[in-house]
Amino acid sequence: MAEEAGTGLVFHPMEPFKIHPLFGDGPIHWYTPTNVTLWMFIGILAITLLLVVGTRGRAVVPSRVQSVAELAYGFVHKMVEDVAGKDGLKYFPYIFTLFLFIVFSNFLGLIPMAFTPTSHIAVTGLMAIAVFLGVTILGFVKHGAGFLGLFWITSAPLALRPLLALIEVISYFVRPVSHSIRLAGNMMAGHAVMEVFAAFAPLILVSAVGIAVTPLSVLAITAMYALETLVAFVQAYVFTILTCVYLKDALHPGH
Amino acid sequence: MEGDIVQMGAYIGAGLACTGMGGAAVGVGHVVGNFISGALRNPSAAASQTATMFIGIAFAEALGIFSFLVALLLMFAV
Repeated sequence: MAEEAGTGLVFHPMEPFKIHPLFGDGPIHWYTPTNVTLWMFIGILAITLLLVVGTRGRAVVPSRVQSVAELAYGFVHKMVEDVAGKDGLKYFPYIFTLFLFIVFSNFLGLIPMAFTPTSHIAVTGLMAIAVFLGVTILGFVKHGAGFLGLFWITSAPLALRPLLALIEVISYFVRPVSHSIRLAGNMMAGHAVMEVFAAFAPLILVSAVGIAVTPLSVLAITAMYALETLVAFVQAYVFTILTCVYLKDALHPGH
Repeated sequence: MEGDIVQMGAYIGAGLACTGMGGAAVGVGHVVGNFISGALRNPSAAASQTATMFIGIAFAEALGIFSFLVALLLMFAV
């Protein structure tokens, strides 16, 4: 959506989220390399560099890159162990992959002119549905019909249980929706806010009001950028920890 | 002419949907505020509960994100 205000300001808040082919202007098929493909590839390349090349030395006293890789590994490992328990550690590689992909997409997206793959619901939705299906199948494989005990809360009074079961079933099926939209919405909203402030910045060129507005909007972009740096990490953390919580529900549905 | 009224309704609805974000703001503030007040009473237990706080924030925030989603749908999809 591009709307021109009367003052000559141009607002393109959704411009950075446009998908276009890397080569030419043809129609986009599922195999067309687009800017999403490029930035996913850059993210995966960076993860590979960090984890494979960075830890190649296998030094006892780690180098700087190796200690970053070890820090990330230890952070997620502890998170899985604390939230999902010892038997959740079997699924640690998948959760670590999710965390690294999200955190690298978010941070690479903060580079000006870059593209954030995680700002698209198609990307986060796929990850959330994979987690949802995986966790549900895992729950039924591990516990059979006993997994349905997750919805039948035995500590509640008997009269309330059907109502609670209904609410629990609804909240269970809303999980992939909120899981994916939280990440995509946060990334998209933050970048769009920066775009809106950026559209106010050239006001000084067209109007006298700009003397007050332009410095304010530049300051606001700086502040939003700092906040977005925090949000980029926190959202990756939240996505990962919720995956651990869902995993815990599948492994131990009783409580 | 009719299309214009529909579009006006969609834009007004999108603006109204954004008021839901205020509710999420109250919720997130409530969670963090209570976490801080608890953490100041018992600082030694605070570090072990930060993950719980983030989960609470995420659940409170999800509902605000839903209103953002409704606004986006009204702007671009309806």
